[in-house]
Parts: sequence; C-alpha cells; structure tokens
Amino acid sequence: MPKHILVAYVEDKPGVLNRVASLFRRRAFNIESLTVGRTEQDGVSRMTIVVDADELMARRIEANLYKLVNVLRVDNVTDKPAVARDLALIKVSAANGKRAEILQLADVFRARVVDIEEKSLMLEVTGSEDKIEGILNVLRPFGIIEMVRTGLVAMARGSEAVSANPPQLPAEVTEAPLVDSGLALAHSV
Amino acid sequence: MKLTGAEIVWEVLQREGVKVVFGYPGGAILPTYDAMTKYPGIHHVLVRHEQGATHMADGFARASGQVGVAIATSGPGATNMVTGIATAMMDSSPMVCITGQVGSKAIGSDAFQETDVTGVTLPVTKHNYLVTKAQDVARTLREAFYIARSGRPGPVLVDITKDAQQLAAEFDWEAAAPRLPGYRPNLRALPSEYQTALDLINSAKRPLILAGQGVIKANATRQVLELAEKAQVPIALTLLGIGGIPAAHPLNLGMMGMHGEAWVNQAIQQADLLIACGMRFDDRVTGNLRTYAAQAKKIHIEVDPSEVNKNVRVDAALMGDLGEVLDEVLPSVRAADHSTWLDHITSLKGDAAVRDIQSLPDSGHLYAAHVINDIWRLTREGDPIVVTDVGQHQMWEAQYFRHEEPRSLITSGGLGTMGFALPAAVGAKFARPDKEVWVIAGDGGFQMTMAELATVAQEKVKVNIAIINNAYLGMVRQWQEFFYEKRYAATPLLGPDFVKLADAFGLRGLRVTQRSEVQAAVEAARHHDGSVVIDFQVEQEDAVFPMVPAGADLDAMIRRPKPQPQLDVLSETGGDDEWEMPR
Ligand SMILES: Cc1ncc(C[n+]2csc(CCOP(=O)(O)OP(=O)(O)O)c2C)c(N)n1
Ligand SMILES: [Mg+2]
Repeated sequence: MPKHILVAYVEDKPGVLNRVASLFRRRAFNIESLTVGRTEQDGVSRMTIVVDADELMARRIEANLYKLVNVLRVDNVTDKPAVARDLALIKVSAANGKRAEILQLADVFRARVVDIEEKSLMLEVTGSEDKIEGILNVLRPFGIIEMVRTGLVAMARGSEAVSANPPQLPAEVTEAPLVDSGLALAHSV
Repeated sequence: MKLTGAEIVWEVLQREGVKVVFGYPGGAILPTYDAMTKYPGIHHVLVRHEQGATHMADGFARASGQVGVAIATSGPGATNMVTGIATAMMDSSPMVCITGQVGSKAIGSDAFQETDVTGVTLPVTKHNYLVTKAQDVARTLREAFYIARSGRPGPVLVDITKDAQQLAAEFDWEAAAPRLPGYRPNLRALPSEYQTALDLINSAKRPLILAGQGVIKANATRQVLELAEKAQVPIALTLLGIGGIPAAHPLNLGMMGMHGEAWVNQAIQQADLLIACGMRFDDRVTGNLRTYAAQAKKIHIEVDPSEVNKNVRVDAALMGDLGEVLDEVLPSVRAADHSTWLDHITSLKGDAAVRDIQSLPDSGHLYAAHVINDIWRLTREGDPIVVTDVGQHQMWEAQYFRHEEPRSLITSGGLGTMGFALPAAVGAKFARPDKEVWVIAGDGGFQMTMAELATVAQEKVKVNIAIINNAYLGMVRQWQEFFYEKRYAATPLLGPDFVKLADAFGLRGLRVTQRSEVQAAVEAARHHDGSVVIDFQVEQEDAVFPMVPAGADLDAMIRRPKPQPQLDVLSETGGDDEWEMPR
C-alpha cells in the first residue's frame, strides 16, 4: 500500500499521544512510524505520522485526527515539496580489518562515525528512508550488531510556516471552517 | 467567589441548566455529594447500578435534546458506567459523566478504588478529562458540556480527584469559558459540493432519501419533508431515524435495513440517487457493501466528516448541520414529479400486506407484533414515548408501532445494549413528565437492569412497562433457528414471576396470555397512578420478518411466511418451508 506522511500539530497536554495512538489502534489504521516533538510554538507539539494507506484512507485518517479535540491541525505533506528525514544509529561489526572498507561506504552515504571500538563501529546517518535502507543493505554483509531509527520527521519547503498556535478564544466564537472537498477533509482556518 | 471544587461542580451544573442528575455515591465522589445539599435546585436520582445512571442520562438526553448528567464514584462506580457511555457514544447522545477519582497524590499507586478511568473510557467517549486541581473544575466542566452537545453530540467524561473537589478555588463563570482551539464542531461545505449535489438531485429519476437520527438531532424534520415534497422523493428511515419523519406521511416508506420491509430495501437497491440525511451507512442498513445501491449516486449530508466515505463512497458530501445545509439547498431544488418511480415502489410491495401478521385473524395465540400494535392503537392519540430494549421485540416495535413525532422512540441502535430500556425510560420521563412513557422490553434484557424498578418506586415515576416475555433470548434464538439448525444453546430463559416481582417493588403487576386481554391490561396500566409492569406471555418461537441475513445483499431477504388458510403459520414448531430463504 502507498505511504502517506501526515504532520499533526497537537496541544502539548498529558495524554495526547495516547489519544492519537489509540485512534490508530481502534480504527485499525496502519502506522509505519510516529514521531513527536516540540515545535517553535509554545504549547504545540508536532507529530509526523507515516501511514500505510491509500488516498481515501489517508483522508479518513485525517478526518479522524481532526475529531480529536486536542489536534490543532493536520497536513498531508505526501505530495507537497517537503523534506523528510529519518535518523539511524547503526552498530556494525568491523572485525578482521574491515574497518577501512566500512568507513569508505559510510563516506558514500555521508554517515558519521560516532563511536569506534576494536571490533565495531557506530554510524549515524540521516536522510530519506530510501537512503537509510541503502546503507543498511550495504552494511548487512559485515554484520549489523544493533540498529535504531527515529522514524520520519517532515517539513514542507518554502518560507512559510503553518501557524498552529492555539488562539485563546472562547470555543463558541471560532468560525466554522470550510471543508475542502467531497472527501471531507477538514481544514482549519 | 471562593468555592470548593465540589461546589463549583454544582455551580456549573446549575448554570448549564441542569435540573436532574442520575448517580450513585462513594468515597472518591463524597465531597461532591456533600456539596449537593447546598443546591436543592438540582434533583438527584439515586440509581441501583451506575449503568442505570448512564442509561437514564442518555434517555433524558434523547427525549429532551439536552445534555444528560450521570455521577459515580471512582473504580467500580466508574467502570460500571462504561456500557452506558459506549451506548451513548454509538448513538451520539449528549451526556456528561462525572466520576470521583482518588487524591491526585495517590494516582498511579493502585490506591483503593483507583482505576484509570480516562484510559478505560478513551475509546468510548467523545472526549474525556482528568481534573487534579480545583481551579480547573469550572472550565473543564463547561468544555465538557459544550463538547457533548455541539457538532455530532456524544458523551464526555470528567474524572475529578478527591482533592480537586475538596480544595477551594476562585469561581468565575465568565473566565471559565471553554478554550478549545482544536475543536471544530461546525464545518461548511464548499460551494462546488453544493453544485454537484444539486445537479444530482435535479436530474435524478429514482431518488430516495435515507433519513437517520441526524434528522431528529438537528431538528430538521421540516427541511427533509420540504425536500421530499418539492422533489417528490420517498423517504426510508433507519431504526434511529424513526419518529424523525411522521409515519403517516405519504412519502415515508418506513424502516430500511436488516428488518426493514422488503420493498423499502428493494427501492434502495434500484434507486439512482440516495440522499443520506444524518445517517452513517451502518452495516445493519446496507447489507453487503459490494452490491449496495450499485446504481445510485450518493449525497451524504453529515455533521461528522469522518463518517463520509467510511463505508460507502459518495459523490457529494455536504458537511454541516442538516437543517442548515438543507435550507441552503432547498431554494435551488426543482419541483419534480416522480410518480412512475413512486408507483413502482408501491408495486414492489406485492403480497407483503397479505403476509403481514396484522392481517391474520386472532388464532388465540398471543403474538408480540399484535401486542405492540395494540399498545400503539390504544395510546396513539397522545404520541407516547416508547423506550425499547434490544432484541426481537425492538424490531417488532419498529415495525408495528407507528411514530409520528421526533424523540418518541428511544432505543439503543449502534451498540444494541440489552438492559437499556427501563433506565432510559426513567430518564425520558424526567425529561418529559408531560408524556406517557412506555417501556417495551424483552424478558432477557429486562432482567439485566430490573433492579431499577426500585428507583422507579423510590422516585415515584410513572412508566408503563410491557415485557414481551417469550421465555427466550428471542433474537439469538431466531439466529439459531435460521443459521444454526435450531441448536438453542443458552437461549431458553427462565424468568421470575414478573407480577410478583412488581409487587415486591411496591408496583402493580399484570399478566396477559390472550390477545383479548391486551386492551384491558393496557388501559389499566394507563389509568393506574403508579408504574405498572405487564407480563405479556407471547408465542415463544416467533421470528422477526423480513430479514437480511448478516452480510447478504440488501434485497436478498428472508420473507414473511405466506399465510395458509386454516393453518397457524407461525406455530411454535415450524417446518423448514415456513419461511423462504432468499433466492
Ligand atoms: C448486553 C447484551 N448482551 C448480549 C446481547 C446479544 N443479544 C442481542 S438480542 C438478545 C436476546 C434478547 O432477548 P430478550 O431480551 O428476551 O428479547 P427478545 O429478543 O426475546 O425479544 C441478545 C442476547 C446484547 N445485545 N446486549
Ligand atoms: Mg425474550
């Protein structure tokens, strides 16, 4: 199934991650990765959610995310010009004089060496998911001892930023947002 | 004004217009109960089980359109509410549940009667809150009421720690206005969606309106009827849509779906346009999705965007309040004459009337359908509120009790919660004391929450309770009859003597075993001051027809048996040829 990358701005309150995770579990939406972190705006966290979903399903996920009271905004950046990055730490076996060879490969992938032991190396690599798959493939024959990935974070290109700062207005006065299509995509104004 | 968190609870309830709450006390909610004594303007109904409190609040909400309130203590009190909360969630009933929680310092320590209630209820609430500070009580409760009643309504739970109830905080109603930057209950569709929808409506040859509970919730009966009459579009109802459109209206076809009339389902399958108004294409109304209304374009008018394209792909979605959307559409709808289509639907009825059990002469047997239809005939002039439980009797009610008014049928549709009827009826009566209220329950479901008879007696509420007693978990038995070769595993049911039971609670009990006795019993119940329980001992192995087997095509229905002269066609034994399997 195709992948969709959703960026969700959520209120930074206890339990919000649980609500999002629970939604995906309950509706049987398939999460490939979910990252969450602070943003430049106080009180707003940002989640990058990668889902296995076709277009229609992605819209449904978006609509369901919007139903969560603490979700401020959702952007599907899949088809937008965006930078998407994953970070991996890879501990690879470097015994029997393989170190130089590994270092050469690391260089090709612009991976950084962050730890060197007698029989192993730790590499740090950031990039698209494809790039990380690539370096993993070439390192596998040497023996990967341990590996961890952060999951994707994404940001749209261009000089504009989406404001998701919670307007401190009484709920009753917020204006009704427009729904942009028959596929019922709710968009905040 | 400095008040304790507990006092703030009642201040907010009072200002939200709450007159009655349904609850059960316990340690963690005691401060709130203690503060209640200072607020005599709010009546507290002591239930016999917290599930009852939630169904009462739900019944109150469904009968009035206002938010129902239920209160319970931490731990077991709160977990007992879960079924009622899930019931309200599935049927979009506005409700606020307030639960006590252990002290904020004790949270996470497995303290006595500590349960992670916000965790447990997360998937069955529209939203929920844990409040640990007195100064947060007011805003949180105001937000809870606002969320519960706005947009697509639903239950909201507010869990308040004991210390947040005990400690004092400044109470300022204005300053505690809801702040919900991410909450968007009102959406509007783009003009292009309206254009698509109008083109579809104005060019349809075989249009059909599917009216759901949204018609009732949005008070949009007038608009739906205007659309139907102007463009001559027949209307089919979901179970929860019953009452939204008067049964007597000539364009009202009646209920669709699993136990809808065959011609209604056939009309849906043959339509070229479905206009879904406040309904969500539940599996009980669509049957097999792959073959569902395959020739029809679909317009979905919905308040909840996540319902659009969930089960059925639609051609236009008009998001928003149903009445407002239709008000915008109506001026551009062209008057049309669809008499060919309407005549065709009439012709689809075929021999349905002949097969109808109402057309059978009195054979001395007591059929549930007759009982329910008789109750309707005897009470119809007052448009009573009927609250049903779940099972065969629920479907017969939908088929044989004709509802002319919104909010006159209250039933658990989405969750199908047995035990709902009696407590929900108590809530409904508190909402509409001017109305005659009838419970129609099965012997199984009634036994699940019959302890609330004590609440009925203590509160002296007047409800008439018809138990359709077939000594079976009838609906399950029917499935066993049809699909499990009559292996009646765990469905025969021994009930108590319901007349004596009523007596034990200080209520009046009556028993009816013959059709000829129905009228007198119904009249007696209506004219008795207190609540009356009538034990209608009906045919034990009767079945609800027609029926779409689960997952079958919508028009592949098991029909009613054909009447055979001189033969009691619905006899309890019944051969395989009694009903016809779909082609
Ligand atoms: C709480 C709950 N448990 C189980 C069921 C499954 N169920 C659906 S209908 C039914 C039988 C109901 O029997 P009764 O109340 O006697 O009504 P009848 O069908 O006989 O009219 C059962 C067990 C349910 N809907 N709710
Ligand atoms: Mg029964």
